[in-house]
Amino acid sequence: MKYALSALASATALAISLIAGPAMAQDGGIVVYNAQHESLTDAWVEGFTKETGIKVTVRHGGDSDFSNQIVAEGAASPADVFLTENSPAMVLVESAGLFAPVDAETLAQVPQEYQPSSGKWVGIAARSTVFVYNKTKLTAEQLPKSLLDLADPSWKGRWAASPSGADFQAIVSAVLQLKGEAATADWLKAMKENFTAYKGNSTVMKAVNAGEIEGGVIYHYYYYGDQAKTGENSKNIGLHYFKNQDPGAFVSVSGGGVLASSKHPKEAQAFLKWVTGKGGQDVLKTGNSFEYAVGKGAESNPALVPLADLQAPKVDATTLNSKKVTDLMTAAGLL
Amino acid sequence: MVAGQWTRRRPISWISLAAILISLFSLLPLAFIIWIAVQTGWETVSALVFRPRVGELLVNTLLLVVLAVPICIVLSVALAWLTERSSLPGARLWAWLSVAPLAIPAFVHSYAWITLVPGLHGLWAGVLVSVLAYFPFLYLPVAAALRRLDPALEDAAAAVGLGPWRVFWRVALPQLRLAICGGSLLVGLHLLAEYGLYVFIRFDTFTTAIVDQFQSTFNGPAANMLAAVLVTCCFVLLGIEVLVRGEERYARVGSGAARQQQRTRLGRATIPCLALPVVITLLALGVPFLTIGRWLVAGGADVWRLDEIGLALGQTLFLALAGALLATIAAMPMAWISIRAPGPLQRLLEGCNYIVGSLPGVVVALALVTITVRIALPLYQTLFTILVAYALMFLPRALISLRASIAQAPVELERAAASLGRSPLKALWSTTIRLSAPGAAAGMALVALGIMNELTATQMLAPNGTRTLAMAFWAHSGEIDYASAAPYALIMVAMSLPLTWLLYIQSKRMAGR
Repeated sequence: MKYALSALASATALAISLIAGPAMAQDGGIVVYNAQHESLTDAWVEGFTKETGIKVTVRHGGDSDFSNQIVAEGAASPADVFLTENSPAMVLVESAGLFAPVDAETLAQVPQEYQPSSGKWVGIAARSTVFVYNKTKLTAEQLPKSLLDLADPSWKGRWAASPSGADFQAIVSAVLQLKGEAATADWLKAMKENFTAYKGNSTVMKAVNAGEIEGGVIYHYYYYGDQAKTGENSKNIGLHYFKNQDPGAFVSVSGGGVLASSKHPKEAQAFLKWVTGKGGQDVLKTGNSFEYAVGKGAESNPALVPLADLQAPKVDATTLNSKKVTDLMTAAGLL
Repeated sequence: MVAGQWTRRRPISWISLAAILISLFSLLPLAFIIWIAVQTGWETVSALVFRPRVGELLVNTLLLVVLAVPICIVLSVALAWLTERSSLPGARLWAWLSVAPLAIPAFVHSYAWITLVPGLHGLWAGVLVSVLAYFPFLYLPVAAALRRLDPALEDAAAAVGLGPWRVFWRVALPQLRLAICGGSLLVGLHLLAEYGLYVFIRFDTFTTAIVDQFQSTFNGPAANMLAAVLVTCCFVLLGIEVLVRGEERYARVGSGAARQQQRTRLGRATIPCLALPVVITLLALGVPFLTIGRWLVAGGADVWRLDEIGLALGQTLFLALAGALLATIAAMPMAWISIRAPGPLQRLLEGCNYIVGSLPGVVVALALVTITVRIALPLYQTLFTILVAYALMFLPRALISLRASIAQAPVELERAAASLGRSPLKALWSTTIRLSAPGAAAGMALVALGIMNELTATQMLAPNGTRTLAMAFWAHSGEIDYASAAPYALIMVAMSLPLTWLLYIQSKRMAGR
């Protein structure tokens, strides 16, 4: 009986490994390290594979862990393509010399302002910083004029953010570039006193909506995404764009690049071309991602405030320094 | 004694060699952290370790352990006494219900509570959910020990005039010391290692901070130094347990078997006593099941994306079974020599295995990521590496079950097989290994349970394209899509329940019932 049982167990194990084993292996195609929202990249991959027949295996993660991971992997990285939510991660990989130049045709699909002059990577989408607030707790007059105002003691205990996320770290990198290191360090120190930490921007919005806290610094699309679903986590939410070239009006460019070590460079370039082309940018307009389209002539979702109206500060994406930002945030006790 | 003579003839057998190699290999993550610390240099290390943030994390982690563990002890002793020693109606049912919360992954407990009380956060929330998720680790050994107590001792104490409370305090409780110490250690180590539970309720511990650093800098020195502090905390817990456990004898001496215990009649206290298991069951089982049910109803048919769920289920089962198999095979030599050739070397080796088993998954994963990336690149992000991580993390679970059943396999059979001309390996295979199959199966079940609900190490190490149930659950709940996460939670619980039942049965059998 015992032997029968153990034989049965090993037979089951074998059977399952035969079924599931192959499903886990990467059989051909390209590997994408994806830091973008899973649903968005899944839609891109589906459209791309349908059109080209090229298989795509996706590994999900975040901007910062992937960029550092690619640097640690070096030339042996299994990744062919890297997609991010923000630029600093792209800059990190670029400065390690690990990107291949993006095909000229792909670069030509995206305006100059959404790509680095080096042509090593290209913008695939964009998102704007926004101050979300609970409409029952704050009126228009009480809103902060600048992101930097949130360091003021009067804002103690009243606002939230997700400091461990690459999104917020990208916003800090903009502050760093616009205001310099000393001012940024001071601002972060004051932030540590004033703010409440949440994990993830959706969680920040949910807490603001529930009135646990008055406001939060996140990106714009979380609100629209929730409104498109049930609105359950955003019904009390107001959006406040800082505008006026404030660091808080920062528009972050999501990037895509092909690794120099890619074993399938042709397919990888084709994927990037598709994402920045009509098919990929249409996904941004029609899907539920609510990120801004950046392709030439591509339209964003009509529900959004037009990108041109946001009065974003001019920030050179290639100079965003993610290493310095995490060091400063670690020093301020935020990480 | 006979066994000792047998091994003395062949001082270092191939089995001991295998055990030594496996133990040395299992020390790899630990050696790695020390190596990184040395390489980083004292100045950077001290800057990264002695900073206010580490202090905050230390206070959080310590308070959590100091508050949650004693509450778990009191709760478990009370529940165990009610279910094992009193006339509580439905005692067997309540006993099983006190073990069942183990089938619910800790992060699902937290997901349930945050749904019920959205603003829940901080230390007390952490204590509440931790106690509900982990008290069965204490309940199991305490209940088993209570069941085994010889009533004669308590009778003697009563005969010299002690009241029932003092009998319990002075006679029964000291005999539960080993069970309480062991269970508390297990709970404490889980508190140190848990990630998902505390993310939901926004309570920062070392483990959450390490994952934050990993997400910001991959394998940077800051993450590794936090890991070093966390490892130190684990060692402190292990040390405290050794100190508190003491060296008293607890064995029953004298001939014959212990008498059956009399259950204390609760009488009029029955209703208030019944309230405890009812409330705990509501909180630890009712809340998770109600919440999962609520989200499933809210999500309707849309959340059952069967292709995605099927794939995740298949991968999870495969990883769990393959990992359990590897851990059991790796534990075999160690378990064998701990029974057949005990001695100082064996105790040392066994200690190594337990120490590594007590390290949080995030620490083991961090070490393996860096080692494979820097030194053994062909193994990077492979199935092999993730299975090795599982084996390292869950080896003690396999070891304990295997050891118990090898102890019951008579060594004479091995020798008879050898004298009939089988090679040592074949002799072992055809006797002891086959006889230890039930223990191996129980150990595998425990390891599989651990792997199925594992999140952090899996995320860091899994091959490209892997998506386990826990990973899918985490991805959906991270985007506040709690309805889509619900099917995964339900499947994880449904798969864990039979394994938890097995654990319950096993603990009864160990107590001789």
